[in-house]
Amino acid sequence: MPRERRKIPGVDPKLLIKDAAKLLPDPSRRLFLRGAASLGALATLTGCDIIDGPTAEGALRVVSRFNDWVQARLFSETTLATEYPESAITRPFPFNAYYAEDEAPEVDGETYQLEIGGLVDNKKSWTLAELYKLPEVSQITRHVCVEGWSAIGSWQGVKLSDFLKMIGADTKAKYVWFQCAEGYSNTIDMPTALHPQTQLTLKFDHQILPRAYGFPIKIRIPTKLGFKNPKYVTAMWVQNNDAGGYWENQGYNWFSGQ
Amino acid sequence: MTIEAASNPALVPVTAQGPIIHPRWVRVTHWVNALAMLMMIGSGWQIYDASPLFRFIYFPPQLALGQWLAGALLWHFAAMWLLVINGIVYVSLGIATGRFRRKLLPIRPRDVVNDFVAALRGKLAHDDLSVYNAVQRLLYVGVILAGVVIVLSGLSIWKPVQLKYLTAFFGGYDFARYVHFFAMASIVGFLTVHVALALIVPKSLRAMIVGR
Repeated sequence: MPRERRKIPGVDPKLLIKDAAKLLPDPSRRLFLRGAASLGALATLTGCDIIDGPTAEGALRVVSRFNDWVQARLFSETTLATEYPESAITRPFPFNAYYAEDEAPEVDGETYQLEIGGLVDNKKSWTLAELYKLPEVSQITRHVCVEGWSAIGSWQGVKLSDFLKMIGADTKAKYVWFQCAEGYSNTIDMPTALHPQTQLTLKFDHQILPRAYGFPIKIRIPTKLGFKNPKYVTAMWVQNNDAGGYWENQGYNWFSGQ
Repeated sequence: MTIEAASNPALVPVTAQGPIIHPRWVRVTHWVNALAMLMMIGSGWQIYDASPLFRFIYFPPQLALGQWLAGALLWHFAAMWLLVINGIVYVSLGIATGRFRRKLLPIRPRDVVNDFVAALRGKLAHDDLSVYNAVQRLLYVGVILAGVVIVLSGLSIWKPVQLKYLTAFFGGYDFARYVHFFAMASIVGFLTVHVALALIVPKSLRAMIVGR
């Protein structure tokens, strides 16, 4: 499947990628399993090298894949995330990314088009004007970050399951993959894509999505952790292969459901 | 001779050097739990540091496990299976064999006060390791309950949508993080006292390793 990224007008990809490395551990300690004093002491005591890097890391990744499987089974298409009143909205809603706010992608809404690809009947690209005309749904839900903090936001847009049906997507496919303007990406499972609260978000708090929150498109998924809610989305592919994602590929749990 | 040993010939040693204080299932689950707890606490500290609840509490990375958030989360969500499965085995056997009832109950407030005062004066006897004093009973019951709370509050943080009623029981997502933190703090507090006392009374450590 072609993975070439189109140039988005007004976006400087180089600028956006450069901060990505900051959040990674130091290359010299890239194996993230060593250095635990508590376990280290225990390892010495038992004489077994349980913090032997690559072996343990491989084992942990196997358990993480098992946890994906468990979470997929725990996921229910009818269990809804709690919705809150307007008064509960966190103001100001935090900006969050692996780069500073002034380095967030600046997408030109005039020339922007959402690219559609993969197992879809109608692969026509969508302009914002066309997307804004589609029936709107709204939710006030809790965004939970993988770091632990949470914030309640108000999002409006198109129900993703309706949009997928409208473009003739094969909803028996396993995954939906999103590409973002700054090079970020996410793959989500089809059951989550079809969840009634999963939204192709165009607005925050009834205003056109500001740059800080992902203009022009965010995928709002209240059943997943924040990093599985891509912003600045430029392309959507329906497919059967798992294309991974920006953080998932670095060791964060793939399913990351809530 | 404990009831377990008396009722189970396999537990009666061929060359008896004294009664079995801790049957094998207690010793095995104890040490598996010790390992799982160390992994959960170490990785939990690293996860905490990503978004601290208190400005004045920060865990140095040398004490934490996982190097960075992703590594710590992998450890935490792997060790949880060990902790929970081992915990279920331990609690089930503790109830089914009657060990909990026999060893941990009753706990009378007056005994707790008396034994606590005696302990502070250095006059609490440890002649018979098979009988827990009232302070021990209270602490052991307390840490088992803290274990239940830390698992349930952890589940409510992990799955605030799929298990939303459990999360609501713990006062919502944000509050459940505090519950989880204080359950950890209670367990670490227990561990500090527990390890110190085991070192002061080494035969109690030996009993947890060889059984007597």
